[in-house]
Amino acid sequence: MASLQGRRILSKSNTLKEPTIVAFLCNWCSYAGADLAGVSRLQYPANVRVIRVPCSGRVDPLYIVKALQEGADGVLVSGCHPGDCHYISGNLVARRKFAMLKSFLEYLGIEPQRVQFSWVSASEGGRFAALIQKVVSDIKNLKTPKKFVATERLCNADY
Amino acid sequence: MQPKDYAMQTIETKMREAIKDLFIHGKVDVVIGFQKGSRPQSARPFFARSADDAGKMIWNDHCSSNVAVFLPKLFEKPQRPKEGFKLPRVGVVTKGCDGRSIAGLVKEKQALRENLIIIGMPCGGMKPPSKHNGKKAADVGRACVECVNSTTSGADIVISGESKKPAKGDYARIKKFESLPANKRWERFVAEISKCIRCNACRQACPNCYCKVCFADQKKPSWAVPGAVLSDTIVFHIGRMFHQAGRCVECDACVNACPMGIDLRLFTQKLAMDAKELFGCVPGVTSEEVPPLQTFKQDDSECFITDPEEK
Repeated sequence: MASLQGRRILSKSNTLKEPTIVAFLCNWCSYAGADLAGVSRLQYPANVRVIRVPCSGRVDPLYIVKALQEGADGVLVSGCHPGDCHYISGNLVARRKFAMLKSFLEYLGIEPQRVQFSWVSASEGGRFAALIQKVVSDIKNLKTPKKFVATERLCNADY
Repeated sequence: MQPKDYAMQTIETKMREAIKDLFIHGKVDVVIGFQKGSRPQSARPFFARSADDAGKMIWNDHCSSNVAVFLPKLFEKPQRPKEGFKLPRVGVVTKGCDGRSIAGLVKEKQALRENLIIIGMPCGGMKPPSKHNGKKAADVGRACVECVNSTTSGADIVISGESKKPAKGDYARIKKFESLPANKRWERFVAEISKCIRCNACRQACPNCYCKVCFADQKKPSWAVPGAVLSDTIVFHIGRMFHQAGRCVECDACVNACPMGIDLRLFTQKLAMDAKELFGCVPGVTSEEVPPLQTFKQDDSECFITDPEEK
């Protein structure tokens, strides 16, 4: 995440009005879906910063928590539809993990809209565009300010 | 008081005899149990290595630590084992919660069941150690009050005695907390976590935390920078607690270890409740059942998935 900040993917200050959304997309379906959305010239908000991962099962819950801490206003994780995983069962194991994570973060008081999970296949460019629109509008519509932000550290994240 | 103390003493004698017997017959190399602590009304973990040591072991209602925490280290194989290297045969004096932890560790291949001799003790609830903040440990801990299974299942040697009656296990406290508004929940969470001094005692006391390198100790990337920054502490606690998802046996070793008295149970128990409600899994009941996050079903709940086409 420290390197992400270096590359200015995330803005540390919360002064921007436009929310930043970090999207973890699986290489085989959702990333290709995003590609298709681009190739098909579908419009979707530019708030999303895509991180390509091999599989939605690769996403450690810590990545999500850390992205929120380091300045993301929302996190989206998207993978292949259940049954279509390139690695057979990666997304099915991920589904259990995310069900618990989402419920846990909500229990702690983090708005459920900030952490979202979805399935987008490689042929669903339209669905990807609609998904980003939905996530961005969900986060823009939040009444409460972001609760969980990194304050200044004495030393930098590369401690 | 008199009859209970007397009952405790007989249990203690029976336990010592059983352990002596194990050493005399050469069935174990080491037995993990408790000895008298350095303060009055306290007990600390003890490794007995001979029949004589068995006489030093005690059993009373201060034996609150979870002794399963030592097993992964004991069963660690050296990188280049010397000829004739054998893993130790370990006896463990267990309460119900220790037994559940052991079952979990056996499942995760951190302990060898065939090298273990589980001595199941009757447990009437343990008093948590008194904290330096002056609070007296007058009563049994919350984990013991809410304990649904105080007897060790699958013990090799059972020491008979009176055990605590099982509680209902309805997670009433978690459900009550859940019904609060989100900002109140977050305030409470932050209030608890801001007490944290990042001493990592919760991690060290937990039998499930046996990673060779903990994410909290990693430097590049540094997931949770050690220091006084609150958001890093929050990341540490969310990370540590979520690692227990579907594995936590609700023994409260973390709560008892915490020098600042953070109410970690309020949050770890939510994960245990979710594992039960979402996947019907209660960790530590059997050593065969796969931990819920290592497996899946085709028809697992999908209600949390965002569907953009849904209006």
